[in-house]
Amino acid sequence: MMRALPWIGVALLAGAPLTGMGNYPLHLMIMCLLWAFVYTSWALMGRLGMTSFGHGAFLAIGAYGVVMAWNLFGLSPWRSLPIFLLLAALIAFLIGYPCFRLKIVGHYFALVTLALGEIARMLIIALRDQTGGSLGATPNTALADAPWSLTALQFSSKLVWFYVIFGFWLFGLWVWTRVDRSMARLALEAISQEEDAAASIGINVTRLKLGVTVISALMTCLGGALYAQYQLYVNPETVSGIGVSLQMVFGAIAGGMFVRLGPTVGAVFTLLLAEVLRLALGHDIHGLDTTLYGLMLILFIIFMPKGILGAATEAWNRRRARPATAAA
Amino acid sequence: MLALRNISAGYAGFQALFDVSLEVKAGETVAVIGPNGAGKTTLLRVVSRLIDATTGEMTMEGRRLNDVASYELVSRGIAHVPENRRLFPKLTVEENLRMGAFVPQARAHFEERLARVYQLFPRMEERRHQAAGTLSGGEQQMCAIGRALMSGPKLLLLDEPSAGLAPVVVQSIFETVRRMSTEGYTVLIVEQNIRQVLKVASRGYLLETGRIRAAGTAAELLDTDEIKKAYLGI
Amino acid sequence: MEIFDIFLLEAVVNGVLLGGILALLALGLNLIFGVIDVVWICYAELIMIGMYTAFYLHVDFGWPLWLAFPACVVVVSALGVALHHFVIRPVLTAEPINQLLVTGGVLFFLQGVATLAFGVEFRNIGVRLPIFELGGMFMSLARVIAFLIALAAMVGVYLFLKRTYLGTAIRAISQDRAIMPLMGVNPSRIFLITSALGGALAGVAACLLVLQYDIHPAIGLSFGPIAFLVCVLGGLGNMIGGFLAAFIFAQFISVGGYFFHLEWGYVLAFLFFIAFMFWRPQGLLAGKS
Repeated sequence: MMRALPWIGVALLAGAPLTGMGNYPLHLMIMCLLWAFVYTSWALMGRLGMTSFGHGAFLAIGAYGVVMAWNLFGLSPWRSLPIFLLLAALIAFLIGYPCFRLKIVGHYFALVTLALGEIARMLIIALRDQTGGSLGATPNTALADAPWSLTALQFSSKLVWFYVIFGFWLFGLWVWTRVDRSMARLALEAISQEEDAAASIGINVTRLKLGVTVISALMTCLGGALYAQYQLYVNPETVSGIGVSLQMVFGAIAGGMFVRLGPTVGAVFTLLLAEVLRLALGHDIHGLDTTLYGLMLILFIIFMPKGILGAATEAWNRRRARPATAAA
Repeated sequence: MLALRNISAGYAGFQALFDVSLEVKAGETVAVIGPNGAGKTTLLRVVSRLIDATTGEMTMEGRRLNDVASYELVSRGIAHVPENRRLFPKLTVEENLRMGAFVPQARAHFEERLARVYQLFPRMEERRHQAAGTLSGGEQQMCAIGRALMSGPKLLLLDEPSAGLAPVVVQSIFETVRRMSTEGYTVLIVEQNIRQVLKVASRGYLLETGRIRAAGTAAELLDTDEIKKAYLGI
Repeated sequence: MEIFDIFLLEAVVNGVLLGGILALLALGLNLIFGVIDVVWICYAELIMIGMYTAFYLHVDFGWPLWLAFPACVVVVSALGVALHHFVIRPVLTAEPINQLLVTGGVLFFLQGVATLAFGVEFRNIGVRLPIFELGGMFMSLARVIAFLIALAAMVGVYLFLKRTYLGTAIRAISQDRAIMPLMGVNPSRIFLITSALGGALAGVAACLLVLQYDIHPAIGLSFGPIAFLVCVLGGLGNMIGGFLAAFIFAQFISVGGYFFHLEWGYVLAFLFFIAFMFWRPQGLLAGKS
């Protein structure tokens, strides 16, 4: 029964939009899943102690990449995305390799990645003639004559988008599971090879970190492209720079980055918070959601450092363990 | 001067000291000897108030010590030279010594005590502007002892000063302890090096697995069969 | 016949003056982040609150600047102490990443509070200090003052750390926190004093920034990252290194911005930072205080 629970959940989620919910709730769900996908990709690195403050750079490569390729060169996202995925992977490698080899970790790693994220944001603004600078950019519409265009990867139906993003979210969770399993295998190997020369284990570790970094960059880049195609508007503050990078960090951690569904919970939490406040207060009180979010983050870290889901999982496991010890 | 009565203490989930009682009278050099893991360091950390005693009472010059905050001990006249020296590696020798004189009462006497320490350890004066982390083990030990002396303590706690040092250096360390002893300092020294420490101490206690197994003058302890067999290989 | 391009020279000089502001920014942070090894990712937001404080005291309450500015310094200093006492202390013994995260919460909190209290329009304190001309180059008096104050503050902090008991204790605590009580030092007190000092320096930075820039709840994001990068570039905890790093960084921004557009200057500066980190991860003058 317990093992079926996740599958039931997935089925429910898949069926939800068909209940005829309005466009706005559907939009919320899409955003939740999209950001959940992005946060999950960040958490792949975060849980290994690689706290990146520059994932906005990869998000921007995907988002601005596909939009610019379409607007300036008429290149369909199908054609341009692979190029930008490659670019994201390359940058991840160029930054990651020296960092891991030189043992740049912790604060220092965070700052190097932060610089990266800011470079992306500055570049977008500097190239304002092409990118529209701080005003943002919109991909040229292909929806003037038709409700959808596969070439342009634009769909006017939110229902279609829901299933697209839903699919990618599931894909993200699958990637997480695969990385998790391969890491467990590597960890066991490393433990059993204790006697071997430290160097060989060191190389393994670098390769693992690099692999995870590249995967994370690729997924984030993908997320950025999806965001751009769905929202049909990008802006340097929303897709690059420290603002969105911080959002990713804290969203993933608030939800619990050591658990597969943690980042998803974080995304839902962040987005719902803003929505609940809007509904409860009747209108936008600028800054209230940020204030409460900040306050909750503070309280979380002090009292629940493993995140919402992490703490819940721990409590659940403890309760399950108790009958066994009573019997023993 | 220092009296411990029925002190028990431990760490989360495990008790390290059981019902320990000892005393150090003014001007004495008292040794606490015993094997690794006996609880010797724990004992000093209890006296230094870095750990709480779960039972028992400690007094310094008759005044109860159990509830005093750890950073107030220096003003009560207790100076602790921790295990592994624990100098501030990036501060110079003189800056480390200055830290020893941090408490307001000690600052007034900084210059004279500094001179005194340099007299005791001329090598420290040579290296006064060198980063403490670059000193050799023996030099670090001297600096650590000097640092403790800067507060003008009545009681000096020494935690395994000979640990990790070459035999020649160990000699000079114990020579220093002997010199402080003759100058009238009150010292409680914890050591694994039984032979050497019982040469400079007047009395000692044997601590094994958290309990006092034997006590007496240095000569008495050296004569105990238990110690002779287990620790001196006789 | 021009030997120098006067505009380039002006960019260089303005870079030096910008360096003064960056140096001041980094000074307080270097004390907290560099010396006692606590991460205040919300450092720039403290400055932002300070800027609003100065603004409101001067513009709304009519306080003269010579009253409003010291009040601003006191407010931010108190904020620093509160930050340490309520937010940092519970997580001091946990992993360092938790400090980063919890102050991140403070970052959002302060941004939110500022938005609620002050709104999202840009404010300006409206005090215009003159621009003066020197040998064909135009320089802002505000920047010159910032430079001089940064210099004075740096010297002050340096001497404090080197020559006083308290300063030595502050330097010591990041090297071995556990044995501080053995010196008769209450570690909590040291942290609080350093937090007050770091906050005060942030307050001073706020006063100088408010004379030159508009205020907005999110401005922390524009100079916060730079402050951290400058600290690390100069070698964490090294006051002089931080000063030098600030100037190098500012030169990249200023001269880069001269040859290309303003943002390119920043791009170059950040690229330089990354490249430098790969070359010398410990920073310019690491290892000395």
